[in-house]
Amino acid sequence: MKLVRTSGLIIFLLSFGLFLGLFFMSEYKLTEEIFASKVKPNHQELLKPEMSKMFDKSYSLSIPFVNQINAAVDNVNGQLRAEQKWNDIIWDDYSGSLTKASAGGLIVDSTWLLFVLVFIGGTIGALMFILPQVQLAGPAGIKHNGIFFNALNNRGWVGISAGTLLVVFYILIYFYDAYMMNWIILVEPLKKLINPAGESSQWFLYGFLYTFAVVVMGIRMLVKYRHSKYQMVRTASVMFFQLAFAFLIPEILVRLNQPYFDFKNMWPLDYDFFDAWHIDMLTKSGGIGIFMFAWGITLFVVGVPTFVFFFGKRWYCSWVCGCGGLAETAGDPFRQLSDKSTEAWQIERFLIHGVFVFGVIMTGLVLYNFFGGDFGFSLNKWIIVSVVVATAVGLSLWHMKKYPDMGSKKVMTVAGSIAGFVVLAVVFSEVSVFKKYIPVDGSNFNFYSYDVRTVYGFMIGSLFSGVIGTGFYPFMGNRVWCRFGCPLAAYLGFVQRFKSKFRITTNGGQCISCGNCSTYCEMGIDVRWYAQRGQNIVRSSCVGCGVCSAVCPRGVLNLENGDESTRFTDPILIGNDSIKVTE
Amino acid sequence: MDHIVIIGNGIAGITTARQIRKHSDHKITVISGETEHFFSRTALMYIYMGHMKYENTKPYEDWFWTKNKIDLKKAWVKKVNYSNKTLEFEGGESMQYDKLVLATGSKSNKFGWPGQDLEGVRGLYSYQDLEYMEKHSKDIDRAVVVGGGLIGVEMAEMFHSRNIPVTFLVRETNFWNNILPEEESKLINRHLFEHHIDLRLATELKEIVSDENGRVKSIITGTGEEIACQFVGLTPGVSPNVDFLKESELNIERGIVVNEYLETNIPDVYAAGDCAQVAEPLSHRRAIEAVWYVGRMMGEALGKTLSGQKTAYKPGIWFNSAKFFDIEYQTYGLVGNKLQDNEGQFYWEAEDGKKCVKIVFDQASKKVIGVNTFGIRMRHEVWDKWLKEGKTLNHVIANLDEANFDPEFFKRYDPEIQKAYNGQFPDEQVSVRSRSLLERIFS
Ligand SMILES: Cc1cc2nc3c(=O)[nH]c(=O)nc-3n(C[C@H](O)[C@H](O)[C@H](O)COP(=O)(O)OP(=O)(O)OC[C@H]3O[C@@H](n4cnc5c(N)ncnc54)[C@H](O)[C@@H]3O)c2cc1C
Ligand code: SF4
Ligand code: SF4
Repeated sequence: MKLVRTSGLIIFLLSFGLFLGLFFMSEYKLTEEIFASKVKPNHQELLKPEMSKMFDKSYSLSIPFVNQINAAVDNVNGQLRAEQKWNDIIWDDYSGSLTKASAGGLIVDSTWLLFVLVFIGGTIGALMFILPQVQLAGPAGIKHNGIFFNALNNRGWVGISAGTLLVVFYILIYFYDAYMMNWIILVEPLKKLINPAGESSQWFLYGFLYTFAVVVMGIRMLVKYRHSKYQMVRTASVMFFQLAFAFLIPEILVRLNQPYFDFKNMWPLDYDFFDAWHIDMLTKSGGIGIFMFAWGITLFVVGVPTFVFFFGKRWYCSWVCGCGGLAETAGDPFRQLSDKSTEAWQIERFLIHGVFVFGVIMTGLVLYNFFGGDFGFSLNKWIIVSVVVATAVGLSLWHMKKYPDMGSKKVMTVAGSIAGFVVLAVVFSEVSVFKKYIPVDGSNFNFYSYDVRTVYGFMIGSLFSGVIGTGFYPFMGNRVWCRFGCPLAAYLGFVQRFKSKFRITTNGGQCISCGNCSTYCEMGIDVRWYAQRGQNIVRSSCVGCGVCSAVCPRGVLNLENGDESTRFTDPILIGNDSIKVTE
Repeated sequence: MDHIVIIGNGIAGITTARQIRKHSDHKITVISGETEHFFSRTALMYIYMGHMKYENTKPYEDWFWTKNKIDLKKAWVKKVNYSNKTLEFEGGESMQYDKLVLATGSKSNKFGWPGQDLEGVRGLYSYQDLEYMEKHSKDIDRAVVVGGGLIGVEMAEMFHSRNIPVTFLVRETNFWNNILPEEESKLINRHLFEHHIDLRLATELKEIVSDENGRVKSIITGTGEEIACQFVGLTPGVSPNVDFLKESELNIERGIVVNEYLETNIPDVYAAGDCAQVAEPLSHRRAIEAVWYVGRMMGEALGKTLSGQKTAYKPGIWFNSAKFFDIEYQTYGLVGNKLQDNEGQFYWEAEDGKKCVKIVFDQASKKVIGVNTFGIRMRHEVWDKWLKEGKTLNHVIANLDEANFDPEFFKRYDPEIQKAYNGQFPDEQVSVRSRSLLERIFS
């Protein structure tokens, strides 16, 4: 059995290595025919002088190839700007289509074979590694031996490498998708299988890898928690919703010429729901599109309050949601890394509510824009940067003086993150790939209402939820996004805090303050704080994963739905007749 | 404003300090030589097993103490001078107090076995013991644990978690049989075997054998068998840690003798937690109860007293809990290892042999006296009420569902238990029922 496991690990690592290696394994050759077939006729004339230098030259790596294409477009645009021919500027992104068409070699010749080696091989390897645990890891029960000695689980070198790889991967996906053309091509056969007319893109690749991770790591979760039926049912649920609702159904809808739609996603997590193009797409797709639009609105207007009232926000966050799904499966090995300090809690409240407000304002402006309104203003960006940074520094110094013993981590972090946010935006505005996400021009911010949407999409949608939200699993735990950023979690949390039957009850006086519950709470809730004083845990951030209850060695915690009047009670520890209410 | 000094930063000392702070503004100093901050002793095993780091076992963040103006001092107290109310520390310093709380906890027992002081032989009580274990159990081939109590089984689990084979010597004929009834003991025996623990029942330790460097190399059992090992965990129970207080006017028997207000025989000196021995315990309690909960409850009462609201220590219904590898155990009320003359029992065991419920009741009145539950979580509040109100066995069995504390979707054993009851007590039928999942979800 041990041998099976080791071989499984080796097979998995080989597949994974092959996958990484594929990034480098192909060649790109742009030909005149490809150019003619992919570039719009009116652009051909403009671009040909620049691009013809590349014709029939073969590149062994995507990066210089893509850079050259982008440089060609940039040069042409630069010239057009100089000549003030604003209407001729090329906005189309040719790097993706040209790179894909120009790719050749191993990845194109043997796509299926490579697909099988990477994904089927990877699955077999992973399962050979996971399944023997049923026997090897001893009888069913909590399996946390050695977590804090492990280089993956405790920010050791494996964890740091994994985190770095994830961050790089997310940056590629969001901003340099053409660089990873080989991977996009790798999953093309699967795309064709689902939808013969479709074309693989970085988003299909992402969706597939995501689902793959949820399913394979979900199986690991099922094995690990096979003694807890709550965990098994919940894990099966997130696996199902990811596979069916997030991955297959939308693809099938597209095949049936219907709009792409994820029935379980909702505003404000789905921040482009109210984008003009999205509303148009749905409302112009006939009955089913209208239904989707109505469904999407009903879900957050009626669905959230109703379900959260009966079950707490867990019905979504740890049973249905895709972000939650990844966190609960692939993220499980990292749950103990979430920060439990009070300061972290304060930062969390600031950030998540900040994002929520930002999201609501952004949506308001998008709708305002949709219905024809607009406003614009421009400000000198360097003045803004100086003011924000000065305020941040001042605020931190003031706080340090006022509360010397509490430390100033909290205010420094908050002030620092605002300052960082603004500085980052300005820096990004100088880097060409990011230019389109930060609507600044020269030394001024020229803001129009729709630009808020662009900034939100870039800062929150891409950087926060993706790069940091998932990339930082191995550093800050598996719910970085859900805890600090998700606007939907903030909304679900309001309802859970103020109008719900859900609570975690503590069992009389049985707590021994051991700390397992707090350690393994992925949301960084200091569960023990409540348990050891005999107080129900009613926290807006609790996603109801039930792990605190599972790891408690004294059977103290239970996720329950009950009468609202019994939710907020005085702390009470049973067993001591000297004292009635204790703290 | 008095200066209240507390020796011991365990659950008893810390609860006292927190209660005093909550109700008054006396100056508080908490002293311990073990660690700077309060940590959960019950979680020591999890540090060794890699489930947590030491940091995770601290119930309060470090700023908590400054914020609540509880001064901490890390030092060993060598001597207490009651006449001039002074403490002497091991480094030569001293400290004045107005009121003194002794919450010095326990120490591991040693029974004078030959070789008990060799290198690689140690009990498990303190943080230092844990460090010792960490240091001396690297790359070893076998560990022997002596003494079949709760700390013994934890130590066995600790070694097991690091793939160190464990031989577990238990003097009783079944695991923890001096406390648990036979059925429950046997259930745990089986579970230990399932985890490949080399459990030796009815086996005593005769001698610990040294190698040429003064390190343990083997042990010899009562039957003369020699077992090679490189670490020996000694866990034959604990006793009050009061040696440094002996030979003074303080009244010490096994522990520091206290009255119901946790006062010792010396004015302004109090004791709480493991080190205290209650002079006249209530009928359902023992004089020394070395468990977490008692330290906490004593601290709650004493803290109030010291803030000016004189409060007697009155423990309610006994309860306790533990976990044996994967099997959780809870108990409410009194279940002895043998039935008393007036007692009867109901016992049910699940088919897998890993869950069971035992309820002891009074034969004449049929009132329940106590329950042991293994593998099924039960609600403390409900059992506390049932026991206080003297509910009958019949009532309890019929309403067992009310006491269930297992997570949602877990199999409910109430119907099985009720059927078993109807089988064992043909004159006392209860109706077999369980709430459906839907009923429970929308409760
Ligand atoms: C491994 C283990 C597991 C346990 N598990 C459980 C469990 O699951 N459930 C349960 O109910 N109980 C359990 N217990 C028992 C429980 O931990 C104790 O009953 C409880 O911690 C006692 O608390 P206390 O405050 O009385 O003493 P302690 O926690 O022992 O605190 C006393 C402190 O005083 C310090 N001290 C003593 N003398 C001096 C001195 N002269 N100078 C300075 N400092 C001094 C000691 O170093 C110590 O830090 C367990 C015990 C151990 C060792
Ligand atoms: S409190 Fe418990 S159920 Fe809630 S998120 Fe934390 S571990 Fe999960
Ligand atoms: S609730 Fe359970 S896990 Fe949490 S501190 Fe208490 S005993 Fe430990």
